[in-house]
Amino acid sequence: MSTPRGTVTIDVEACKGCALCVPACPPQVLSMSPDRNRAGYHYPVLADGCTGCAACQLICPDFVFEVYRAARPAGVR
Amino acid sequence: MTGTSPPADVRRIGVAVPELLLTGAHHMCPGCGEPLAVRGFLEAIQALGVARRTIAVAGIGCYTSFSMTTDVDLVQALHGRAPSVATGIKRVRPDALVYTLQGDGDMVNEGLQEVLHTAARGERITCILLNNGVFGETGGHMTATTVPGQRTKNTLEGRDPTVHGHPILIGDLIARLDGAAYVARGSVHTPGAVARTTRMFRRAFETQLSGSGFSFVEVVTMCPTGWFVPTLDGPTYLHDTLGAVHVMGELKVDGRVRSTEELRAENARAEADAARRLAAGGLDEVP
Ligand code: SF4
Ligand code: SF4
Ligand code: SF4
Repeated sequence: MSTPRGTVTIDVEACKGCALCVPACPPQVLSMSPDRNRAGYHYPVLADGCTGCAACQLICPDFVFEVYRAARPAGVR
Repeated sequence: MTGTSPPADVRRIGVAVPELLLTGAHHMCPGCGEPLAVRGFLEAIQALGVARRTIAVAGIGCYTSFSMTTDVDLVQALHGRAPSVATGIKRVRPDALVYTLQGDGDMVNEGLQEVLHTAARGERITCILLNNGVFGETGGHMTATTVPGQRTKNTLEGRDPTVHGHPILIGDLIARLDGAAYVARGSVHTPGAVARTTRMFRRAFETQLSGSGFSFVEVVTMCPTGWFVPTLDGPTYLHDTLGAVHVMGELKVDGRVRSTEELRAENARAEADAARRLAAGGLDEVP
């Protein structure tokens, strides 16, 4: 398996289940869990293939996502 | 942080909660667009490094719940009066960055004359309008910006101009006033639109800080509760219904009013460009 380009953290208790992040994710690696958080909302779960593009963070009204990118070796962009 | 935790050996490229909010928790409905606009202007203020000399004036609407958690000095105004309160603050504190936060019910129904006179006088403040075409906080009835065909609590068959009148396109109206130096209309229906709107906030604040006149940013925001649509349909409903009338774009830059045709062409290009960059790994990536 190649090194992942990026990842996100998901604050599941802050999520209100609107699902706007799911279609916004270009590689389609977010899907709504059948489980619910303490407030009773379904929340997103991440599959392999995140690029760290931050689209989910830009569209999430409840500030659920923190976005990370893999550090690139020097000289490579 | 609950949920997953970050792996080692990565760099963080964006914090979850805007740093100028005391907490990310808020009372807005699922799928509401207003928190996205709030994030945008708070990040713009932070990027300009002026948070400690910023004074906000909040109107009355759903977004007023952010008055308790926004980490800048803030004065709460009565319905529609925020531009006049902000005028007074700016005149005694000319070095402050002064902005108002208002909804369409607050600004365009309850206090239309306040914002128009403030713009015409060229007050060096920034007025921010969150426009969703409904009085969201008080139950979702029609406002002066509700577009033809839009369903609200008291236009259940859709707004009919022959019965309910026509919407006021407030951004276009303000752009025609000579006191207005920068006028833009953003939107939060896609990640690319959110990023563009954040840049509009920054230009509006820069306009104020340079002393060149009144600046205005309207943001069309989702209100799935008031629109009677599922949260997931909010962005498409915004684009097809409100966005077709309140057209996104920079309406006035450096004193020049831009045509709606010009804005529409630019929007199609900008949206395609943002989608391409995000698919390539981020808005900062150039494929
Ligand atoms: S956009 Fe945010 S609040 Fe909505 S489902 Fe995704 S994580 Fe939850
Ligand atoms: S950062 Fe981009 S690729 Fe990763 S989950 Fe969010 S939207 Fe999807
Ligand atoms: S009523 Fe509309 S504007 Fe108010 S919080 Fe709910 S979705 Fe947002």
